[in-house]
Amino acid sequence: MSNAVLVSTTINGDTVEFACPADEVLLDSLRDRVGLTGVKEGCGTGDCGACSVTLDGELVCSCLVLGVEADGRAIGTVEGLTENGDLHPLQQNFIDHAALQCGICTPGFLVAAKALLDRNPNPTETEIRYALAGNLCRCTGYDKIVRAVQASAKDLRKAKKR
Amino acid sequence: MLVSLNGALRAAAGGQDSVNIEASTIRQLIERLVDRYPAMAGEVDKGIAVAIDGVVYRDDWTQRIPENAEVFLMPRIAGG
Amino acid sequence: MAHDNSYTGQKFQVIGNRFARPDGVDKVTGRARYGADANAPGQLVARVLRSPHAHARIKKIDTSKAEKLSGVKAVITSDDLPDLTGGNRGMTDILENCMARGRALYDGHAVAAVAAIDEQTARKALKLIKVTYQMLPHVTDVDEAMQPEAPVIHDWVFTGGMEPKPTKPSNVANRTEMGHGDVDAGFAAADVIVERSYKTEQTHQGYIEPHACLASVNPDGSAELWVTTQGPFSYRNVCAGLLGLDIAKLKVTASEIGGGFGGKTHVWAEPLALALSRKANRPVKLVMTREEVFRATGPTASTSIDVKIGAKKNGEITAATLDMRYQGGAFPGIWGMLGCMTGFACYDIKNQRSVGWDVIVNRPKVAAYRAPSAPMAAFAVESTMDIVAGEVGMDAVDFRLKNVAREGSQAPYGPIFGPIGIESALQEVKKHPQMKARLKKNQGRGVACGFWFNIGGQTCVDLNIGEDGTVNLAVGTVDVGGARSSLGMIAAEELGISYDDVKVHVADTASLGHNDTTEGSRGTFSSGMAAIFAARDAIEVLKDRAAQMLDVPRDAIVWEKGEARAKGTQYSNLPKLSLREIAAKAARTGGPIAGHNEVTADGAGVAFAAHICDVEVDPETGLTRVLRYTVIQDAGKAIHPDYVEGQFQGAAAQGIGWGLNEEYVYGEDGRLQNPGFLDYRIPVCSDLPFIDTKILEVPNPNHPYGIRGVGEASIVPPLGAIGNAIANATGVRMHHVPMSPVRVLDALDQAEASESQVSAG
Repeated sequence: MSNAVLVSTTINGDTVEFACPADEVLLDSLRDRVGLTGVKEGCGTGDCGACSVTLDGELVCSCLVLGVEADGRAIGTVEGLTENGDLHPLQQNFIDHAALQCGICTPGFLVAAKALLDRNPNPTETEIRYALAGNLCRCTGYDKIVRAVQASAKDLRKAKKR
Repeated sequence: MLVSLNGALRAAAGGQDSVNIEASTIRQLIERLVDRYPAMAGEVDKGIAVAIDGVVYRDDWTQRIPENAEVFLMPRIAGG
Repeated sequence: MAHDNSYTGQKFQVIGNRFARPDGVDKVTGRARYGADANAPGQLVARVLRSPHAHARIKKIDTSKAEKLSGVKAVITSDDLPDLTGGNRGMTDILENCMARGRALYDGHAVAAVAAIDEQTARKALKLIKVTYQMLPHVTDVDEAMQPEAPVIHDWVFTGGMEPKPTKPSNVANRTEMGHGDVDAGFAAADVIVERSYKTEQTHQGYIEPHACLASVNPDGSAELWVTTQGPFSYRNVCAGLLGLDIAKLKVTASEIGGGFGGKTHVWAEPLALALSRKANRPVKLVMTREEVFRATGPTASTSIDVKIGAKKNGEITAATLDMRYQGGAFPGIWGMLGCMTGFACYDIKNQRSVGWDVIVNRPKVAAYRAPSAPMAAFAVESTMDIVAGEVGMDAVDFRLKNVAREGSQAPYGPIFGPIGIESALQEVKKHPQMKARLKKNQGRGVACGFWFNIGGQTCVDLNIGEDGTVNLAVGTVDVGGARSSLGMIAAEELGISYDDVKVHVADTASLGHNDTTEGSRGTFSSGMAAIFAARDAIEVLKDRAAQMLDVPRDAIVWEKGEARAKGTQYSNLPKLSLREIAAKAARTGGPIAGHNEVTADGAGVAFAAHICDVEVDPETGLTRVLRYTVIQDAGKAIHPDYVEGQFQGAAAQGIGWGLNEEYVYGEDGRLQNPGFLDYRIPVCSDLPFIDTKILEVPNPNHPYGIRGVGEASIVPPLGAIGNAIANATGVRMHHVPMSPVRVLDALDQAEASESQVSAG
């Protein structure tokens, strides 16, 4: 008999099914079973945020969630940010503001920033910095990342008004 | 031509901090240096760089050395 | 090198703008593929067994049970990696560092490896390998390792650079001495002499992406390696050498790199992946865990440094000496030598001597980390500069300006400097608004300078023009920070076309000639130079074709603003031909149009930086907060200002982490206590303010556009800038980096205690 558990979940709005061992973390399920490699393993211990996803709208480290916990729940990854082929304002602003250098932390930051702006559309600089404190970046010193998030907050508020 | 030696290379040249050698290219300079000071061969193997009038050449041994140039020999450097 | 310098100072069409980078969309959508993002059919998963001891003889490795485990396809020890290095000490050290040969030299040293059908099986197999160790005495501290009673780690190490050569082995691999003038006379002439000692702890480059590779070796001796690296060609040469493969038959493809900073310029577990693949005859994927990255890759050195600076009452430095002890981990390194080359570089000191010691300890093999060895030396020098300034009663910036290095000053490593930017940087510091901002209680401001030489190196590029006039530029230097956009801009500038018509990609080792590693701030400098020459090469071909198409003599053609034109009044009725038009007819005029260049880019311009740092120190907790930070650095010519700023900010952030929090903590047992991001604390978003930048442009006369490398210099000043800021905030001088809350509190307590002693006594 198989040791694998069948998981039925929603990823970026699509129904997805996969089988995984009970002790596999969601990070590995996403990368190896579903083929979504946007999430990255930077540490495996929940300290770097490179594996950030949303679980029913909450920001989590997918290396600290079991694959089987995704059953019946909704996952959001960086791959789900584009809408109808258009880049999300966060994605566009990250490019425009040079908020990435090597880019390995970028998917995690985008997911975390979106989670922030979804619940707080008008964050202060301090609120942005603390909301993103769970995502490590070694290349940028965070300066241009914060500016990109500020610009995105502005763009999103403007779009809502229309 | 006076060739100054960086401190790290002096031991291989019998402790001197400069030597007199005639050479018109970096290759010639290094060949003649090793001829005169066989211990220099070890340093060359480890990696040597030549500064001509302040410009550092790490690789190009075809580089010509102008007359009256200020020539400095030092270990070949890398970065991170 | 006689470059055409007419471009320096010329008005640029494309250069200097802020275009979107070509890999941006892939990176923000998660499509970009890094080291761990490749898979091959039938691949195996590799795991490495590592020594839990700092120093131990390996008496026996029993792999029999592991080999028998179902799903295990290969197990290797050093027996599977015969020594093919032919006595090349550098290569033997790499080989031994990849996998222990009879002795484990540090906590984390690889002793065996397995390849199995999945991760779980591989981990189970590791547990089944029985290693019999005989513990040996260990030493992990740089000063302790130099003591006569320290356990000698290698019996073949006799200190180099000593006359006469020592007859007994020791842990001191090398002594380097550099300098000029007469320091004794200089100190005799000084009115004020300050002597201090400093220590800095070991740090890691901290790239967020662990090392990862996918290796596939075929029975016919051909092989492929997909790997995250700063130097695919270097990795190819080293791996081929260690495994006995022909260089041309090993194709190395660099993935996108998730940070390197010098730590991905050397191989670590890649030869093991190749050896496993060869043994198992299947592809092998090897991804390091974060713990392995800390324990078994290449952190930077920890140091112990003595400085002595003497100055006249008017502020002129009359003599200065440095004695610097760097540990290079378990193998000899060149770190002490690099420290000597950079320590006093920002200043014109006629009588100076720097001595550097390279020491061996039971720690991982040290690798370069962004301006290697310079930050530690600068911490010692810049801290002491402030002390001397205080003793002669001069402002810290003015004291530095009084002694600043200029064109014509002699560098610590010997040559005379050409045009350099440190004086301009310090003058910018003086003018900068941050210097006038009001400071409150417990707040202080510090300034510090830094230097890095930058390098050039072997480079080649291929520029190919498509039928529709759009251009492919293939480069061999890995893009670590956005250089692809700069290189595209350079090609567009030379050809006179739009940036949008150029697409840059990083080629694999089978497609281009040798390119040196992206290190030493050389990526844009070297590949940029090659791109310029390749573009000019292509322009010659375009002119040939235009002459054909217009039916005019070749020497009548000029290339201007992306078009060929026949000059001369007799041809004034002829149309101009755009690159696009010429490309469209290429098949009929001689075939594909391309430009190519191989160059050993030399003449890299040195880079100087000056930083301003404001901090607030909490006297109850010792916590230091960085309130405001400014980086001023000379870039020669900023091709893409966003990415130049990005390098300044990123380097400064790493320096801040190094100065305040980051350190390797070793226990009495010689084991690394904090191999993870929780306890190895790098700066997070809420730790830092916005980092202001000012790009200076003092052109490098040896590059057609005046480019100087920018990536490294700004990691050099932060340690000193923070030390000086803390001293100004608290009145207490820190001598030990990182200046963590515990150390700051200790220093504050000690200062208070001696104050009350003084007042009581």
